[in-house]
Amino acid sequence: MPRYAMVIDQSRCIGCMACVVACKRENDVPPEHYRTRVLEMVQGTFPDLTTEMRSELCNHCDKAPCVNICPTGASHHEEDGTVQIDRKKCVGCKACITSCPYNARHINKELGVADKCTFCQHRLIEGKKPACVATCVGGSRIFGDLDDPNSEISVLLRKTSHRVLKKSIGTGPNVYYINQYPTRS
Amino acid sequence: MAFSRRNFLKFAAMSAGGAVLADTPFISAEARAKAEGGNVKYVPTSCEMCFWKCGAIAKVVDGKVVKLEGNPYHPQSRGKLCARGQGGIGQLYDEDRLKHPMILEGKRGEGKYRKASWDEALDYVAKKMKAIAAKHGPEAIAMMSHGSSGDYITNVLKAMGSRNIAFPSFAQCKGIRDEAWLLTYGHKPGSSCEQVDLENSRVIVLIGTHLGENMHNSQNQEFAEAVGRGAKIICVDPRYSTAASKSSFWLPIKPGTDTALLLAWINIVISEELYDKEYVEKYTVGLEEVKEAVKKYTPEWAAQETELPMRQIIESVHELCRYAPNVVVHPGRHYSWYGNDTQRARAVAILNALLGTWGRKGGMWLPPKAKFAKFNDGAPAYPPASKPPLIRGDFPFAGGAGVTQVLRDATITGNPYPIKAWFVAGTNLMKALPNQEKTQDAIDNLDLLVAVDIMPTETVMLADVILPECTYLERHDGLYKIKTREAGVAIRQPAVEPMYETKPAWWIGSELCKKLGLDQYAVKGNGMDAWEGRMRRQAKAWGIDFDKLSKDTGYVTIPGSERPYITADNQPFFDTFSEKINLYSEALEEEGFDPVPQYEEVEQPPKDMFRLIYGRSPVHTFSRTINTQWLWELQKENEVWLNKKEAKRLGVKNGQYVRLENQDGMRCNKIKAKVTERIRHDCVYMVHGFGHNAPQMTRADGSGADDQKLITKYIEDPITGGTGMRVNFVKIIKEA
Repeated sequence: MPRYAMVIDQSRCIGCMACVVACKRENDVPPEHYRTRVLEMVQGTFPDLTTEMRSELCNHCDKAPCVNICPTGASHHEEDGTVQIDRKKCVGCKACITSCPYNARHINKELGVADKCTFCQHRLIEGKKPACVATCVGGSRIFGDLDDPNSEISVLLRKTSHRVLKKSIGTGPNVYYINQYPTRS
Repeated sequence: MAFSRRNFLKFAAMSAGGAVLADTPFISAEARAKAEGGNVKYVPTSCEMCFWKCGAIAKVVDGKVVKLEGNPYHPQSRGKLCARGQGGIGQLYDEDRLKHPMILEGKRGEGKYRKASWDEALDYVAKKMKAIAAKHGPEAIAMMSHGSSGDYITNVLKAMGSRNIAFPSFAQCKGIRDEAWLLTYGHKPGSSCEQVDLENSRVIVLIGTHLGENMHNSQNQEFAEAVGRGAKIICVDPRYSTAASKSSFWLPIKPGTDTALLLAWINIVISEELYDKEYVEKYTVGLEEVKEAVKKYTPEWAAQETELPMRQIIESVHELCRYAPNVVVHPGRHYSWYGNDTQRARAVAILNALLGTWGRKGGMWLPPKAKFAKFNDGAPAYPPASKPPLIRGDFPFAGGAGVTQVLRDATITGNPYPIKAWFVAGTNLMKALPNQEKTQDAIDNLDLLVAVDIMPTETVMLADVILPECTYLERHDGLYKIKTREAGVAIRQPAVEPMYETKPAWWIGSELCKKLGLDQYAVKGNGMDAWEGRMRRQAKAWGIDFDKLSKDTGYVTIPGSERPYITADNQPFFDTFSEKINLYSEALEEEGFDPVPQYEEVEQPPKDMFRLIYGRSPVHTFSRTINTQWLWELQKENEVWLNKKEAKRLGVKNGQYVRLENQDGMRCNKIKAKVTERIRHDCVYMVHGFGHNAPQMTRADGSGADDQKLITKYIEDPITGGTGMRVNFVKIIKEA
């Protein structure tokens, strides 16, 4: 069984938002809601500035607070390591939304259930990469199987220093960030 | 060739099945639909959310387009689409689209129209055209256009004997650059795309070019590849753009002084003998003249002029020379900045030549080698122009794409002869041309204004007759010659039937020919299949397998056309009089211009005013996409970027609404202030294309501010006629 994860190479992200629109269309995300977003965070004073481009989405945590807190078992882990929501079991109580440290969930008002990134599970089953990865213009989003030592992401994570978001809270995220800022003269 | 990430993915995409997840598992559009069964079909076509012409694949379920993907075979998309390309479905299903032909009732601008049948609308147009041609001559009928639809209307005008056809993409965009490179290399710096070998570059210089925000798919893929690989970026921009954030050198230059920097760099490269001596000796003429002409442009002088640290000017060019020739100074694209822009483009072209980038890996690739048979489907030659066209004005190097404002001026004055009808196809002239009052004055002088478009833009809603075109997902267009490193042919074909009463522009043009008694220029055959028949004949003439193109791959390569780099048996050809790269231009000299670029100061803003500069958003194409659902949702309005210190001085808070008022007292819509460290103190910036005044575009109307409204002043480049538009100064008015 694969164990899916995503690597975000932040240096390659050019902030073009192709991922965001691809996700919306692929997953019929209701107006004004997003399952993934790209943040552009600038620090410093003119002209000594640095930018972090950060794509954010559900981290499909190994120890997912949303799974723990879900009263109906709608939020659950699947064998491929992803966190999914069983819409039939979800009662829309929002406990998962408040428990998620990554602000990755929202209520789908059209369906009355919690919603979030699925790693495009329906595409994975067909052998396709998630929609955001498939169209990532900068090649910043890289997806694959951590259990396969030869997968592109396994190779990348072995040879590059990487981090996860809010590591200290111990959620065990499966979205990894790598970045090499240019040194500026 | 290095095994780049792109190649890895391409390779992965080809190896079907197994544990490898493919980016776009694409076998063939038809085979893929069969495999999935049901009411699914995949239609390979060409995107028109911008003009890069990416290959797109439309997934159609039960007659509706549900998803768009990038075509992996097509070199402009490589399996990916940008946000706009992904969002193209929003244009197709935009409920605000033009739905049927309309004829004006009442005064222009009041927006009162009656629905008309196609027959009635085209009869009306043809009758008016005939009357105007009879009274004033066919040259009194002019056209301005952007995109594919214009091609078919061009045909009508030419068949009548008018050549008064102009494209804003020339004088309001890249025409200036193209002419400068033609003068230097005898080639434009690209046709389908700029010939920049970014994926192999070791140093990339961007001058105002804000890749990332200025979203052209494959070029941005290569830019990100270069950044990811560790290429050094030298970014010259008064604004800390996305590209600047990826740079090793950010040069926050004083606006209007780019040529000073370029000339100082050229001086350093020559005086320190850092240029590619063998290359310059073999392929260029005029080194000595350039050396002499740039002597005075010392780094000290440039530092003062550009307000950049001298150390930065010197170190950045040394870095560039260190890795030459595997470097490129990007030729740029939108070039109509200050009215002296041809010479800036010349300086960029000369610097590239000194570094020996043309035909070198990581520099600029050589154009592909391919010949396409001439094809006009047996139509007779056009009659000669009834009168010499006005599209070049007094500009000796204005290109064949025409100078729009020259046509506009002639329409206002009636000199040297009257222009009484305009066709406007696929361009929102009110937002494309500087000085909206002049555009309105010209329109007021017309006896006929016909708009061919898909949306009820402010320009369309001034028309006497509105001919609603269908979107790119509903129509055939020409077979496209795609010139990247290789030559290829791509197709645009409908994914779904046209909605409402909209029609493809080829049909509109063809029917108009018939109404005008110019049947010999109409598309052969009848019905909506006629154009496809023509495309088949064209494919045959070019030796292309049409069925493979239309059902299978959407793009085919011309084998053997890719010869990107100079080798012993692949020598570059420079289509200039000297058959070499003209560092020194005799052609310019003969017309009384500087044969080597010289620095000209531009006017600086008075105290308490800022220079207005503008640029692109990755989720919008000019004003064309603002109303498109998901793209609008991502960016509903633009912001005005204002330096933090200046904002503090003026008491403007981040997120506060302000208005800008220019030197002529023109005010824009209210616009949100983005108070930021990311811009110099002497300029403000906004994304172009917002601030629609088009009530029928329900999402876009009134959101954000229109930069073009504030661009009342423009300075014409005396060489090409390009309109310098970054010459307007604004002050900030706080909203009560």
